[in-house]
Amino acid sequence: MKPPTIHPIEPRIVLRASEVWKSYDDGSITVLKGVDFAAREGQTVALCGPSGCGKSTLLHLLGGLDEPDRGSVAVNSTELSRHRSRLNLLRYDIGFVFQLHNLIPDLTLQENCLIPTVAAGINRGAALARLKHLTDRTGLSHRLHHRIQKLSGGERQRTALCRALMNSPRILLADEPTGSLDEETSSTVFQLLLDIAATEGVTLVMATHDRALAARCDRLVDMHDGRIREPQPD
Amino acid sequence: MIFLKLILTNLLRHRIRSLISIAGIAFSVAAMLTIVTILQGAVGMFSGILSSDSQIIVFERNVSDLFFSNVPASALTEISTWPIVQHADPVLFGVVTSSDHPIITCFGITAADARLRKATWLEGSRANFARQPDDVVLGQRAAEFLHAHLNSSVAIGNGTFHVAGIIQTANGFEDGGVFMPLPAAQDFFHKPGASSVITIKLSDKKFVDEFKQRIKAHYPDLIALEDAEFTRSYSQFKILKATAWTVGGCGLLLGGLGVANTMIMSVFTRIREIAILRVNGFSNLQIATMIFGESALVSVFGAITGLLLGAAFLWVLKLIPALHGYVDVTIQPFIVLTVIVLAFLTGVAGALYPAMYAMRIRAVEALRFE
Ligand SMILES: Nc1ncnc2c1ncn2[C@@H]1O[C@H](COP(=O)(O)OP(=O)(O)OP(=O)(O)O)[C@@H](O)[C@H]1O
Ligand SMILES: [Mg+2]
Repeated sequence: MKPPTIHPIEPRIVLRASEVWKSYDDGSITVLKGVDFAAREGQTVALCGPSGCGKSTLLHLLGGLDEPDRGSVAVNSTELSRHRSRLNLLRYDIGFVFQLHNLIPDLTLQENCLIPTVAAGINRGAALARLKHLTDRTGLSHRLHHRIQKLSGGERQRTALCRALMNSPRILLADEPTGSLDEETSSTVFQLLLDIAATEGVTLVMATHDRALAARCDRLVDMHDGRIREPQPD
Repeated sequence: MIFLKLILTNLLRHRIRSLISIAGIAFSVAAMLTIVTILQGAVGMFSGILSSDSQIIVFERNVSDLFFSNVPASALTEISTWPIVQHADPVLFGVVTSSDHPIITCFGITAADARLRKATWLEGSRANFARQPDDVVLGQRAAEFLHAHLNSSVAIGNGTFHVAGIIQTANGFEDGGVFMPLPAAQDFFHKPGASSVITIKLSDKKFVDEFKQRIKAHYPDLIALEDAEFTRSYSQFKILKATAWTVGGCGLLLGGLGVANTMIMSVFTRIREIAILRVNGFSNLQIATMIFGESALVSVFGAITGLLLGAAFLWVLKLIPALHGYVDVTIQPFIVLTVIVLAFLTGVAGALYPAMYAMRIRAVEALRFE
């Protein structure tokens, strides 16, 4: 009997962009020039590069908020164009965190966080339980019924993080999530993001200018002039 | 809940704007309610004149207005003899003027007429009706504005008449009318031997169709209609009603434009918020529902306020003595329902473009702007 050959099991690829092109204004500005990118399950990836190099654009394409001109984007091995619907992608598979918290100011923290669950038709009891869990993790449980206007910048960003994770997506796309915070707050919020991503097993792709933060991710991908400079994993 | 909260939050965020559009709908609903109710009341009253103690009205075929209808005396004489007819009352309508009253309705009738029988005689008695050719009986209100009392003489049109009685009736038109003996009226309005209509009471309701058939056979120039049928088909009523609904509808249209304007503003100032909802999984349907919900709420609030306002206004009208009997302030449930439905539809229509606009908002672009 031959002993079984052991292969190191690499996590599967959950997010992939292949030869993605994107231009704006009828092609006068080409932002992405054949981007190849992949992220494995549970990985944290930092997307770095100068302002205007196309980081946000790529994140939007990966999350199905926009469509590439050429090339394809696949989530969980299903090409976006063939995905059941982009709506379900946003509802169940992907969470977004932006530089600006993008919360609705006159609603409370709880109401803001319940929005994705209302959209997806998740029952309120389950949603509240999930919210309790997330706000405990992010230290916001005493703020549930405060309006967003009353929260500090760091609290708002943590709220945005909770909201993004409400429907337990497997992928979190963050566009400079701490970009509007001071250095110290930024560092703590970022660490929280990494911790939660790790415990939830979420794949995190994050655009950032901050090299120090980027270094805390599993992988750092450099974007330059619409292209990615990193050897692709297989 | 959150859904409702999103809608309410937005309405509360722009209170003045919301109030203005609610007021817009409210005023148009109030206007519609009052106009339609008053006209409906007037039509009801007018048909009341015709149907007093009768089931059928006979008049000249193809006339646009009963004032132009001529029914010959020979027809009356013969119809009265038909066994299925209990009584046939001729009525000649005319309009006269007095010194400070442009319009007084005149009824040329016989002493047997139900109007005189059923009225409360305030002065004089029915026995004296038509004793003299220049005798008239006045409705209570007509007596008031003509400053007439029993045995005084009044100038009506270019004649002078002797007041033989004053009666009180439930009907505003009749109460403000002048009742003349038929021959005097025929003379006065230059319609010798004719009446405008004959109101018929049959010996039994089951003879209605037979009666109509007989009229058709014997008098091809006349037409017999049941009261309800007449009210439905009389073109003057149709015109009145159409006018009422059109005027009301125009008001509502204006209210609707107000809602549309509010909703457009509401969507334009909320592009970012809508984009956020979209990124968080809101479907087009959910977004549209939110917009329609908002405008429906405005319309429903507006409609309720409007109905209260209209009812209050009608109630005030009822208190004005001069209008007594003319304005029937009974608000019919069907009018209320129609007004609510129309207000609701207006709201929905007003939200159509805004909702479509909202559904086309692309999250990526909207979120780029601060
Ligand atoms: N809708 C659009 N219309 C026109 N140009 C656009 C549009 N969206 C993005 N761009 C352009 O595409 C380029 C890349 O934009 P993107 O936001 O992806 O850059 P970025 O790497 O995220 O920059 P930053 O670090 O400043 O956020 C920019 O030059 C931008 O002006
Ligand atoms: Mg960016």
